[in-house]
Amino acid sequence: MSATAAARTAAPARVGTRGLLRRVADAAVSPLTVDDLLDHFHPLRGGTGADQVKGRIVEVRPETAEAATIVIKPGRDWSGHIPGQYVRVGVDVDGIRLWRCYSLTHGPRPDGRISITVKAIPDGTVSQHLVRRARAGQMLHLAQAEGEFVLPDPLPAKMLLVTAGSGITPVIGMLRNLFSKATLPATDIVLVHSAMARDEVIFGAEMRRYAATGRLRLIERHTDTDGLLTTADLAAEVPDLAERIAYACGPVGLLDALEEHYAEQRLTLHTERFRPAMVDTDGAAGGTVTFAGGTSLTADGSTPILDAAENAGVLMPSGCRMGICMGCVLPMTSGAVRDLRTGEVTVAVPGETGAGGVSIQTCVNAAAGDCQINH
Amino acid sequence: MTAITKKPENPIAHLTEADIEAIGAELDAIRQEVIDSRGESDAAYIRKVVDVQRKLELGSRAVLLFSVLPPAWVVGTVGLSVAKILENMEIGHNVMHGQWDWMRDPKIHSTTWEWDNASTAEGWKHSHNEVHHTYTNIVGKDNDLGYGIMRVDEDQRWHPMHLGQPVWNFINACFFEYGIAAYDLELGKNLRIPKEKRSESFKRSARNTLRKIRKQATKDYVVNPALAIPTGSAIPALTANFVANLVRNLWSHSVIMCGHFPEGVETFELKAIPDKETRGQWYVRQMLGSANISGSKAMHIMTGNLSHQIEHHLFPDLPSNRYGEVAPKVKAVFDKYGLNYHSASLPAQVGSAWHRVVRLSLPNGWLATTNAKNLPSQLKLLYGMATGDRRTRRVAQLHLERQARKQAAADSGTTKATVAA
Repeated sequence: MSATAAARTAAPARVGTRGLLRRVADAAVSPLTVDDLLDHFHPLRGGTGADQVKGRIVEVRPETAEAATIVIKPGRDWSGHIPGQYVRVGVDVDGIRLWRCYSLTHGPRPDGRISITVKAIPDGTVSQHLVRRARAGQMLHLAQAEGEFVLPDPLPAKMLLVTAGSGITPVIGMLRNLFSKATLPATDIVLVHSAMARDEVIFGAEMRRYAATGRLRLIERHTDTDGLLTTADLAAEVPDLAERIAYACGPVGLLDALEEHYAEQRLTLHTERFRPAMVDTDGAAGGTVTFAGGTSLTADGSTPILDAAENAGVLMPSGCRMGICMGCVLPMTSGAVRDLRTGEVTVAVPGETGAGGVSIQTCVNAAAGDCQINH
Repeated sequence: MTAITKKPENPIAHLTEADIEAIGAELDAIRQEVIDSRGESDAAYIRKVVDVQRKLELGSRAVLLFSVLPPAWVVGTVGLSVAKILENMEIGHNVMHGQWDWMRDPKIHSTTWEWDNASTAEGWKHSHNEVHHTYTNIVGKDNDLGYGIMRVDEDQRWHPMHLGQPVWNFINACFFEYGIAAYDLELGKNLRIPKEKRSESFKRSARNTLRKIRKQATKDYVVNPALAIPTGSAIPALTANFVANLVRNLWSHSVIMCGHFPEGVETFELKAIPDKETRGQWYVRQMLGSANISGSKAMHIMTGNLSHQIEHHLFPDLPSNRYGEVAPKVKAVFDKYGLNYHSASLPAQVGSAWHRVVRLSLPNGWLATTNAKNLPSQLKLLYGMATGDRRTRRVAQLHLERQARKQAAADSGTTKATVAA
């Protein structure tokens, strides 16, 4: 409450006539602000603040039977992105706002729109909703673009792109951007892409067209006939692998194998992960999580505290939901949590671990006993 | 009403412990059904209400810029009154209960909502959600039983001050938002404490409330009238805001009076409540301690669905738009276990609540034992009680009760008929 009240009153310090007018207008609609009202008329306007950007779906285009591209017109406070980056998207599914990360699948477009390509995963609440039920005209919530998975400037002479399944999404954004320029890049690009079957290849036709026009060398593999992509396959297909700057995006197993291979060869690999690798915590004991606001809930030992708290109606700060962005960090004043990626337990003992408690990432930590969180 | 445990006929005496727990289970099942089906259409409902309310308020305020013209004044004032009522009742009260927290929308969440009222969201959530909803109708524990300024239960001791309570109640109704703010701060209790001994939390809350009142007053009585100066409408705009606040106050006060004050709503003795009240016992207390208002859909929305006070008290965090749907199921549970589902029209409930306020402004038994013949002696007794010390009052009170019992025994037949009516 107090934090919010402070946020409401701490409007950006505007000066001059405009600032005065805004203050008068806000005073005329207290306890709301003029922005609260303008949201009802023009949600895509500028001046809402970088963390309050909304977007309107302008097109939902099927890519395969299981995937669709959502083209979005972002609000004016969208600050743009670099191809390869991802965006956190807040979608209301069955009335509940859920946030997920999706790679942006276009370079900056002249019409200012952005796009994400979503593959409907079985039981995936948000992905199923976006692929099957999203329609033009619906509103979404957007965070600003994030991510380090971007091409260097200037481009290297030789590049290797390894993708599997929906791992193509950040890479297609990079490629579209490169090939949309007036002068095509001089870089020698090899794209190795693995998917379940030929008709499940997202952007299949587009990649094959790039290959046919000599913009890149495409090595397309289908696991139903060729089996899973291994590092041995890769070495055989790309003899000059060691000379190429490599970028990879795909399932955890593939990325782990590639990272190991590249580490052995002492070569550099850039990866993008959609999901963190979790250790097996099935059956680990959870506990009661109590928040400073008074809410108390029972969480099991394998559910992130973020998810457990959101399910109980607590408004939680959140970000990438995979332990990278630190947007969900909260202080734990007492108790124990287990990091679901490593199994490591973090303990906070009042009086021993500092007055402010221990900062924990709620998205990748589960209760490992009763804990108190200052939120 | 007298606390149920002191009544000759305890309305829950026929329930066994197993019955009470079965009631709990049945009500839990009704609640779970709503939670399982909560979704897109509910979210669309509250967003629609918020949207309509904000546009109505904005439109009304725009019309009031020209309120020097009488039709504009009337339209703007009606619109603003309705907007303020919607904001407080169907939106503010319910959002602050956490009825919409499940949407995970930070803009419609109990922890972020601030309402168009003198009382702060924080103060209201404490006094209303925590105290009143937990200790509903427990005499001495639930301050909503008379807000600390009135006697609304036979078990609250009579004091000469209560003679004026119909007047206090009316004044409180007119300025209800300030009454609530004072009540949330427990102002009466805290002001009696010497200044230097008042708690930090009280001082902080008092500062916040004063800031809130200042902002509210600045909006309604300074900025909006000032914006109407160019058309010469400043004064009419100011009166329009005043009237809209008055209408909102009278309306919300009436609705809230109907929730727990009508005759026939039960109250409870603190010492009769077990230390660890079970879910079933808590439910039964809520069932008997609340009263509904019957009416149209528009009426339900304008009362913030507090017309379904019984359902609201059973399930304070279910979305308000669902109370109407669960009401028949809840009533079926009442009927099945032989409990009184208290429901009547708005005029009937408001009348009944006022009747209680007037009746209990007098000492217990005074009204019942008074007739045309003994009026002078009864008035003399009342005067004695109003001016005498505590001992005089106690002696006179015992006398009144004895008289009332004697009279009741004499015409028990007619009394029973009256109770049944």
